[in-house]
Amino acid sequence: MEIPYTVEVRRDTGLTNGKIGIWLFLASEVMLFGALFASYILIRTGSQSWPRGDTVLDIKLATFNTIVLISSSVTMVMAWASLMRRKLSTFRMYMGGTVLLGGVFLVVKYFEYSHHFRIGEGPSHSNFLAIYFTLTGLHMLHVFGGMCVNAYFWGPGAKLYETNPVWFTNRVENSGLFWHFVDLVWIFLFPTLYLL
Amino acid sequence: MMSDHAADHSGDHAIDIDKHVRVYITVFVTLMVLTIVTVAISRLHLPVPIAVSIALLVAVIKGSLVAGYFMHLISEKKLILAVLALTVTFFAVLLALPVLTHENGFWIPQPHAAEQAAPEGEHK
Repeated sequence: MEIPYTVEVRRDTGLTNGKIGIWLFLASEVMLFGALFASYILIRTGSQSWPRGDTVLDIKLATFNTIVLISSSVTMVMAWASLMRRKLSTFRMYMGGTVLLGGVFLVVKYFEYSHHFRIGEGPSHSNFLAIYFTLTGLHMLHVFGGMCVNAYFWGPGAKLYETNPVWFTNRVENSGLFWHFVDLVWIFLFPTLYLL
Repeated sequence: MMSDHAADHSGDHAIDIDKHVRVYITVFVTLMVLTIVTVAISRLHLPVPIAVSIALLVAVIKGSLVAGYFMHLISEKKLILAVLALTVTFFAVLLALPVLTHENGFWIPQPHAAEQAAPEGEHK
């Protein structure tokens, strides 16, 4: 059976089902991270003292990771633009770059995490580190999830382009929306955890 | 048949996408500059309320650029904007809750100092 409204838009919503679906999912994600940010504010404002992020965390690595994630957002949107121009080889180049940059982000986080664990600064060490590991850990899971989906579209998922290029373009756009959301979350995590 | 977004660009398709790409590059450069600004401001060691305000302001600008241009919200359908408006409202309430409940909240009557100092035995 054919999945409805993957290519043509619904009359009532003016959107494809995939587009409205991903936005509703992102709305739920906003509330998930919102709850964690609210917990962070509650714990920070209620504590007697709170360390500045740059006294505990590595600003240089985090700044590098910010640049990496913003760059990956650009390669993601360029991948979608390549499909709109019907250039599959250019799409593969940009999508490959997006997955690679996501990998770089995770490797840098691995070095950050392993440093903290080596010197005994696990999540149970302080409220600050508990919040740091919770927020960045959840964010890392999102990066990993986004990478898996993007890698699928770069590889086996691209077969759809041969039979239905518009549907494939829509799928990549939706996966891009998730990836940009992950970037958006990091844009707020970076100053609140590392710089303040 | 075209997707909702593809349909928007069905006219001068290639030229439109070229315009989009130029905007993406401009947004990318702006985001990089704002990242440097964020780090530079944090090095000034300003008082916490001012530092928080500036950092969040820059983050909101960066976030708006990503949402507006990379996520195409600037030209998105009203239904999605409505869903997001509702989400942002509840998000704001969620973030306001810890601020409002700080020190029991302004609407909760504070006990007198004498009542607050309970006998030592009661603390156990």
